[in-house]
Amino acid sequence: MKDIIIIGGGIIGCSIARELSRFSADILLLEKGNDVSVGTTKANSGIVHGGHDAYPNSKKAYYNVKGNAMFDQLSKELDFPFRRNGSMVLCFNEDLKCGLNDLLARGEQNGVKGLYIVDGDKAREMEPHLSKSVVAALVIPSGGIVSPYEMAVAYAENACTNGVEFRFLSEVTGLKKEDGIFTVTCADGYTEQAKVVVNAAGLFADEINNLICERKYQVQPRKGDYMLMDKSVGYLADHTLFQQPTKMGKGILVTPTTHGNILVGPTATDKLDKDDVNTTIEELGEAFAKALVSVPTLNKRTIITQFSGLRAHIPENDFVVEESEVEGFYNCLGIESPGLSAAPAIAVEVAGWVAEKLALKANANFVATRKAIPQFSHLSNIDRQKLIDQNPLYGNIVCRCEVVTEGEIVESIRRKPGAVDLDGVKRRTRAGMGRCQAGFCTPRIMEIIARELNLPLEEVTKRGGASQVVFGRTK
Amino acid sequence: MRKMNLVIVGGGPAGLAAAKAAYDCGERDILILEREAELGGILNQCIHNGFGLHTFKEELTGPEYAQRYIDQVVERGIEYRVNATVIDVSKDKVVTYVSAVDGLTQIQAKAIILACGCRERPRGGINIAGMRGAGVFSAGTAQKLVNIDGYMPGKECVILGSGDIGLIMARRMTFEGAKVKAVVELMPYSSGLNRNIVQCLNDFDIPLYFSHTVVDIKGKDRVTGVVVAPVDEKLAPIMDKAELIECDTLLLSVGLLPENELAKQGGVELSNVTGGAVVDENMMTNIDGVFECGNVLHVHDLVDFVSAESENAGKCAVAYINGLESCAEKIAINCTNGVRYCVPTQLNRDDNYQPLNFKMRVANVFKKVELAVFADGVKVFGKKRPVVAPGEMESINLTAEQVETLKKAQHIEITLIK
Amino acid sequence: MREMICINCPMGCRLTVDDSNLQDIKVTGNICPRGVIYAKNEITSPKRMVTGSVKVAGGNIAMVSVKTREAIPKHLIFDSLELLKDVVLQAPVHIGDVVIADVCGCGVDIIATKEITKA
Repeated sequence: MKDIIIIGGGIIGCSIARELSRFSADILLLEKGNDVSVGTTKANSGIVHGGHDAYPNSKKAYYNVKGNAMFDQLSKELDFPFRRNGSMVLCFNEDLKCGLNDLLARGEQNGVKGLYIVDGDKAREMEPHLSKSVVAALVIPSGGIVSPYEMAVAYAENACTNGVEFRFLSEVTGLKKEDGIFTVTCADGYTEQAKVVVNAAGLFADEINNLICERKYQVQPRKGDYMLMDKSVGYLADHTLFQQPTKMGKGILVTPTTHGNILVGPTATDKLDKDDVNTTIEELGEAFAKALVSVPTLNKRTIITQFSGLRAHIPENDFVVEESEVEGFYNCLGIESPGLSAAPAIAVEVAGWVAEKLALKANANFVATRKAIPQFSHLSNIDRQKLIDQNPLYGNIVCRCEVVTEGEIVESIRRKPGAVDLDGVKRRTRAGMGRCQAGFCTPRIMEIIARELNLPLEEVTKRGGASQVVFGRTK
Repeated sequence: MRKMNLVIVGGGPAGLAAAKAAYDCGERDILILEREAELGGILNQCIHNGFGLHTFKEELTGPEYAQRYIDQVVERGIEYRVNATVIDVSKDKVVTYVSAVDGLTQIQAKAIILACGCRERPRGGINIAGMRGAGVFSAGTAQKLVNIDGYMPGKECVILGSGDIGLIMARRMTFEGAKVKAVVELMPYSSGLNRNIVQCLNDFDIPLYFSHTVVDIKGKDRVTGVVVAPVDEKLAPIMDKAELIECDTLLLSVGLLPENELAKQGGVELSNVTGGAVVDENMMTNIDGVFECGNVLHVHDLVDFVSAESENAGKCAVAYINGLESCAEKIAINCTNGVRYCVPTQLNRDDNYQPLNFKMRVANVFKKVELAVFADGVKVFGKKRPVVAPGEMESINLTAEQVETLKKAQHIEITLIK
Repeated sequence: MREMICINCPMGCRLTVDDSNLQDIKVTGNICPRGVIYAKNEITSPKRMVTGSVKVAGGNIAMVSVKTREAIPKHLIFDSLELLKDVVLQAPVHIGDVVIADVCGCGVDIIATKEITKA
């Protein structure tokens, strides 16, 4: 029996796992996919919101503002890419300028510091590629950008170091509580018991909740299409550029990423299917057209990839972060934007509740820091040479676009929890994420994965399941 | 820091030919840096025949053609490194490369030839919507998997783009037991060679749909089908005529892009049309002593032309090393009336009147035209062609006298007379 | 009269072939004499070069590329490919090494087109 089972290996599950690993407890994380960060966490805007947008007194506002303040220290401790680049909300119409005042007031009420409004000229001084039609902008200096999957991996690795057990391909299909003990059953027949269960199942958190609680929820997957632009146009935006929000969300943004690309999106379309990450011509076109309103010099020819992600929207329109009606069963539900920004604060809060419930003692061996895989492309030449001296695999460049070495790829596979497929390697090392989109490096990375995991090449997948890349030998 | 006269970035057909020519012009201090495990570049995976008719007067396969040049480089004792990736070329010509054997090495070069080839345009570059399952490959990736690694990337394929790699892969996949259901081409014509349409598609009854494109990709984990739609004259898909083709693989052969990231780092001025450097007749870029040749300069149809162009680059690099001064004044060459680009892109205003070869591409299919070169409005050269097409590079040879006329002109124009 | 495209070289000449008299086939549109031979063969007994790959054991890479030394009858393409499936060469392999002699009895050898060194 475990003390705690966490269901879900996205940013919420991984961050809670890490915060709980500060305590002395037997913790198991169950994830439906074959890796951490394979759902909503892997495909979103990567924005650390200031907290101006959520309604005052909502949980979204509370956790967002609290979480935002934690990123500087956290990104140092866990060594993941984060930059406080600041956000701007753009206004294109004199008549709508009052909307910015409302947002500013709302932000201040939420406790966001440093907000101010600038006129169009000042906005363009701050962001030279902004449209001439911008008449004013709300500036949110505390806004930031983060690499969401690298953040989740960092949390997961640190949790693992501190004793959390991860079990993948573990879709929870059964959950009951008898005599104060939870029994969790997975689709593959695996069963485990625990004193406490934390539901961090993202898009599927409603289904987990509904297995055990009377109070039912329904997550409405809300799809957003994105386009990623080449680093060569990374100069087009430094701040995260929002347009004024609508009731479907914060609208189309143009933002730099922590790796220097430009990201455009997301659209917002409600879907029936929680697996429907189909981009459409219409939505991509819409996103691009709207992005052009903010930054008219964006060029379609510099797009290197498109993707879409699903937000876990609930009609209640706020986070559910609670100990549910079932004692010892904790819900993190409806964690859509600003969930990524809020995750550090949610994790500390939930971990605190659980620790109190189980009267957990501090983990005397807790290690608060985690080092990222050395990123060859970012090192000085002297450090590069040192790395190659230590391990010659760092002298084999596999992904030429992002300058990723074999050493980094091997490390990403050997770490716990490690990459098991092409997308897992990509999220951890950026191999295949550059302008050729893995055209040259796919066969090499497949070889490395096959070698490290002792698999035949035909069993190497893009992202687990039936996503095999090749169908066996030609001969 | 090690000092060298000539560093050649890339050990494919361009780099090998440049090295050989530089050696034969007397240069001995040459280093070729190749990122793959063996010399030969992309030719190693082009196992079909059709290479070398111009260079060797016989028809070779890619690996055979490469070996001819590898042998010549090895015979001459030219130094080379494999598994060595150049990560930086600075404006003052310091080349930084990385390999497991040599670690991180910097070389101060007198001259650099960039011969690092091109890459394929990926799915993202053409904005195809749909799911992102496995099974979407650029044709060259599939070619490597099949020909070098010996693995099947798919059993039922659709190929988007009728460039030569797409056509060749249609036959290759068929040979290896896959079913190629269709080749889909956005344009009303193929950018591949006619012979490849005959021997790679027609021979095996593979349908080729002109003026069609892929508008959607199905399949969450692995491709299960693609939706193909005809396009109107503005190349916009006609969605109500879209049809699903079931398949497990989509191969993309939608264009090649010169790989000029190093050139950009080194301050080399690039052409918006070719994606390669702006070069003069010595294949020299705007940076003194930095040369480009082969597919990094502009994408060629025939490796024979890559070899010829690169030998010229090798020769000119040696002349530069030996003290040839670069000419300050350049004369731009204007491409008009359907000529998309030409290489070289400019001429030096000097008195070096050598016969000169121009390579060029047209922007559309034209019938019964004359390729013509004008100097200050006067026709210097003309060549009648029954048909020209974007997929087929045109070549014109100018005599020393014609070059002299051009170099004395204020305005040079290469054009099509229709 | 038939139209065809010569596949001998990248020129891809557009040939017009008068095959009304099979004893006296007339070809126009060719730039070189190989076009005439191609057109005549195409009508009487079409031939194709076949290229492929076979396994190699103990080499620096897993596959070695091969070709028919010259074009073989078109109808033998798939039969010859079938034979390649069972071949395993031992490294080293040299360009020109015979992989299958007299493939399908058509008098043409399949030969290696790549140098493979011992691993």
